[in-house]
Amino acid sequence: MKRPPVQPDPPARRVGTVAAALLLASVVFLCLAIAVGSTGFESILMLRQDPVAWQIVVDIRAPRSLGAWLAGALLGLAGAVAQGLFRNPLADPYLLGSASGASLGVAVALVASGATPFAGEWLVQLGLTGAAFVGAVAAVLLTLLLARGVGHSLRLLLAGVVVGVVLGALGQLIMMLRPDVMLSMQAFSLGSTGFVGWSACALMAGAWIAGALVAWALASVLDGLSLGEATAISLGLPLPQLRAALIVVLALATGTAVAQTGLIAFVGLAAPHLVRSIVKTRHQNFILLSSLMGALLLLVADGLARSLVAPQELPVGVLTAVLGGGYLLWLLQRPGTRGGLL
Amino acid sequence: MNPRGTPVALAARGVTASLDGAPVLLGIDLELAAGCWTSIVGPNGAGKSTLLKVLANLLPHEGQVTLAGQPIAEMPARMRARKLSWLGQYETSGVDLTVYDVTMLGRLPHQSWLATASALDVAAVERALRATQAWDWRARALGQLSGGERQRVLLARALAVEAEVLLMDEPLANLDPPHQADWLALVRGLAARGKTVVSVLHEISMALQGDTIVIMAQGRVQYHGAAAAAATQRALEQVFDQRITILALGAYWVAVPNQGQATSA
Repeated sequence: MKRPPVQPDPPARRVGTVAAALLLASVVFLCLAIAVGSTGFESILMLRQDPVAWQIVVDIRAPRSLGAWLAGALLGLAGAVAQGLFRNPLADPYLLGSASGASLGVAVALVASGATPFAGEWLVQLGLTGAAFVGAVAAVLLTLLLARGVGHSLRLLLAGVVVGVVLGALGQLIMMLRPDVMLSMQAFSLGSTGFVGWSACALMAGAWIAGALVAWALASVLDGLSLGEATAISLGLPLPQLRAALIVVLALATGTAVAQTGLIAFVGLAAPHLVRSIVKTRHQNFILLSSLMGALLLLVADGLARSLVAPQELPVGVLTAVLGGGYLLWLLQRPGTRGGLL
Repeated sequence: MNPRGTPVALAARGVTASLDGAPVLLGIDLELAAGCWTSIVGPNGAGKSTLLKVLANLLPHEGQVTLAGQPIAEMPARMRARKLSWLGQYETSGVDLTVYDVTMLGRLPHQSWLATASALDVAAVERALRATQAWDWRARALGQLSGGERQRVLLARALAVEAEVLLMDEPLANLDPPHQADWLALVRGLAARGKTVVSVLHEISMALQGDTIVIMAQGRVQYHGAAAAAATQRALEQVFDQRITILALGAYWVAVPNQGQATSA
């Protein structure tokens, strides 16, 4: 057959367009988020003359907005990896118990730091971030231990549920015994980008680049898995090793995001679905698009959280839950979404 | 045990296997001739699909399976994947990959890590999609197709590997009669070109069109012989408790159900 090979790729062009649109929207909203705040546009105009305005824009708004983008990117990435890995459209980044692990970590750290009144605020902050990260990763390790490895998807999911429930209960117990930490715990559970500084941004950016690279490189295993585990193995894919590597990506991406911004709901679940409703493509593209979508979602949600009732602020997690949940519901109701969702 | 006396493509020696602790295969000895189309038939629960998975080295098992004389368990996974293609029963729903991307997965064993598809891959995918008349929907998502259309895409995926040995588990599921006929022509063409085809079939009339038939019951191979042989046809009637009769229809053999037996049973 000497016919020139045909590249039948309208979806590929669409992937490029969607990626460009998401990036462009991200840049626009980043600029907006940096420009607008409780002091309005004024701070941007006064940037050169007023050191306070400089501080507001460069030290508070910029890292916070970029942080929201990065945390969203991590959650979108983790969501896409989780849904591909477990071949379940309801999978989200917190699936393997990382959310309750992080909560428990924060609860323990809050109780412990309460005992040392000399700890400075930044030390507390660093301690909480570290504790949330350690809690999230430890919970995933515990899930893997209970599931006896990564070989069995259903066992992993069930172990994740068990770990989530048990660690969640322990966290609740600590709150019961020490009501003084309840308010801080509440804030953590709702999620906030308020504490994100430049160092947190650097941490999240590092985790995102590493996670996205690994996930991108291993995406073909998720493509193979979508046809079933046996088919994936028959294609010569070393499934256990690749699956373990992707779980590491999932745990680190989720752990890093949760540690910096708390438990932000729905971004990791909704971002992959939004991408799926726009374009059907291979996981290599899908993971990156989901990540960009998650980033844009959280950036916009954070902007709204700051401006809706300004100068007051809504917890961004509440907003993502309402917006993400509402959007998923709309997607579900829309006629012709067969295959688009569930 | 090789009725044709041709080289052996796949062989099992003393193979046993269990699913969730329950023994399913109880000592299988089998040699499948190269360049032949063999069908594995038998009642439900006989262990046909399990045997096919074991032959593809997809399930842990005792005993030895060899592919072209080499122990399959010791082969590097990618090399095995290039030599042997496996089409399972459809496991998942709502796959969001396009038909083209699904078929391109068949080329994974030929591609180095992170490499994009070569002209060879692209040509193989197009050949496979055209062979199953699925080329026209290459940009659609697999999850949006009907059961029969999906089956043709998955068949194309298995064909795209262009392996020497092709194992198929119930490949006719959801196919309408014209596409069953197309499948038959396709498989015969593969065997004529020297490929080895092994299919687990419930359609006995289809199995009778092949070269050889393996009859399984209760985890063992009960019979292995040429499809056209009278002894094979008697063995088929026997394994299905005389509930089917095999009749000549022109140049073909067909299996028809015996209704009388069902009411008297």
